[in-house]
Amino acid sequence: MNRKMVVSRGFVGNFGVHETEKHDVMGIFKKPSIKSLGKKKRDMPEGLWHKCPSCGAIIHEADLQQRFRVCSKCEHHFTLTSHERIELLIDPGTFKETEGHLESVNPLGFKSYTDKVKNYQQKTGLKEAVLTGKGSICGAPITIAVMDFRFLGGSMGSVVGEKVTRAIELATAENRGVVVLSASGGARMHEGILSLMQMGKTSGALARHSEAKLPFISVLTHPTTGGVTASFATLGDVIIAEPKCMIGFAGPRVVKETTHQNLPPGFQSAEFMLEHGLVDLIVHRSDMREKLGQLFNFMLPKNAGSAAA
Amino acid sequence: MKIEPLEFEKPIVDLENQLAEIRDRSVGHEFELDTDIQKIEAKLRKTKTSVYQKLTPWQRIQIARHPQRPFMLDYVEKSLDDFIELHGDRTIGDDEAMPGGFATLDSQKVVVVGHQKGRDTKENLRRNFGSAHPEGYRKAIRLMRMGEKFDAPIIALIDTPGAYPGIGAEERNIAEAIAYNLREMMLLKVPIIAVVIGEGGSGGALGIGVADRVLIMENAYYSIISPEGCAAILWKDRKYAPEAAEALKITANDLSEMGIVDEIIPEPLGGAHHDHVGAALSLKNVVRKHVSELQKIPNDELLEARYQKFRNLGEFKGA
Ligand SMILES: [Zn+2]
Repeated sequence: MNRKMVVSRGFVGNFGVHETEKHDVMGIFKKPSIKSLGKKKRDMPEGLWHKCPSCGAIIHEADLQQRFRVCSKCEHHFTLTSHERIELLIDPGTFKETEGHLESVNPLGFKSYTDKVKNYQQKTGLKEAVLTGKGSICGAPITIAVMDFRFLGGSMGSVVGEKVTRAIELATAENRGVVVLSASGGARMHEGILSLMQMGKTSGALARHSEAKLPFISVLTHPTTGGVTASFATLGDVIIAEPKCMIGFAGPRVVKETTHQNLPPGFQSAEFMLEHGLVDLIVHRSDMREKLGQLFNFMLPKNAGSAAA
Repeated sequence: MKIEPLEFEKPIVDLENQLAEIRDRSVGHEFELDTDIQKIEAKLRKTKTSVYQKLTPWQRIQIARHPQRPFMLDYVEKSLDDFIELHGDRTIGDDEAMPGGFATLDSQKVVVVGHQKGRDTKENLRRNFGSAHPEGYRKAIRLMRMGEKFDAPIIALIDTPGAYPGIGAEERNIAEAIAYNLREMMLLKVPIIAVVIGEGGSGGALGIGVADRVLIMENAYYSIISPEGCAAILWKDRKYAPEAAEALKITANDLSEMGIVDEIIPEPLGGAHHDHVGAALSLKNVVRKHVSELQKIPNDELLEARYQKFRNLGEFKGA
């Protein structure tokens, strides 16, 4: 099987240019032609500028799109949608969404929860806070779960837990690796204790996946906290963080209020986590696909991708 | 031990005071006051029944957090024998918020771990109010592994407001310490029984709570977030905690209806703090029953059932 990196693309999501030229390094960014902009919902009118929240630089939307939404001045990684992540990481034409039909209910009859979910669905065009599917990365067969922070802060309720669990179980059944990209405020309060139990459920599925000697890579993106950090996100065989992303169990405000101490510089940043031995690697977004491909191709068994006996 | 009454117990306390007073006065005049005493006693019984049978979620939380409630080591002392406490996570230190060790339940050897709160300020400094650090969770899984190795069923007693959100805890990866336990407890080839004895505070509780049987004391609670925290988010004011307690469905009965807990362990009238021995005996009887049931199940079936127990939790549409 050819596990060599096949195609790298200038990153465009489902909202703009789709570059199809072959080149080997994702760092080569091609300027998209203006006429290919302006189709789908993320499309901006020509001349739209963004201010980088990190360095204050004024960046054109087209530049952001070419650089995987990374600031060209300071390398600040802007938030990506789940579809943009898929576009960025999965080999072209191999992605198949799974469990896209699952939707939240209101198990506790929690105040205004149903409306909240409906509003986020309309606002984001997503059904829930995670997108799952299968495909390959640099030829390596995987299942993937991508959390989308735009949907109720990427919080984990029953649907997120179920979809992540099914993605892991599918990988176990088909001898695939698993990659989960986390971006989450934690467990979803509105589903109460059921949200908490998703932590046990997803971690249990990972236990079985791990027993089958299959690799799990956890990618932490900004921000990853709470019940997601305290379950699958910290259970990767390899844990990768995007530069400068915030990762923690409790949020910095809670830590500060509880301890009445000043927080050390860079507390809970990806770099802080690396220094303390809590993550394996910090990987720039433009290198993410290649790095995942290398790691999976090292860790996956020879019969990867064929259904387990 | 004098019991500190809770706000909603005031009518009971008033009647008890009246009764004591009239009994004092009755010395020497028994015949005339007998009917008065009987009347008050009857009223007291009725009041107790109506107060304790209609406890609101928020009132139960007050009981669950009562400073005189039996804590983990009280249950160990009164329900188990031959406790040998074992210390340390072998790397950083010993977390006194999470004691554990070997014990026997009647003649059955068990490993017991759990969160321990302090009885007074001094002890609470050592015990960190029952909020464990990563070292506590790592010690707990170390002891649980010995349960697997030496064929001793595991009893996990849960009583924590939550895992500790401190700087050191974050630096030493409290999130991973919990997550690791969630994954590894799913694979331990020995029966595991978790009992929420007081506060089941979110991930800090679940970190020792992946079990074949999840039990709960009648007045304990188990929740994703504290009612105060929920109120602060939802109503922007912690004073709505009673409403939040209602909305979150965190009482033993709610959890039982949702299939989160397998059995509710009855407490002495008015709550476990009124009678530590009674509460411990009640816990012992129920735990013993579950231990002997689980010991009859072959390991592969046990692990499959444990997996499915958590696998099936969650509600959604479009299945
Ligand atoms: Zn910048």
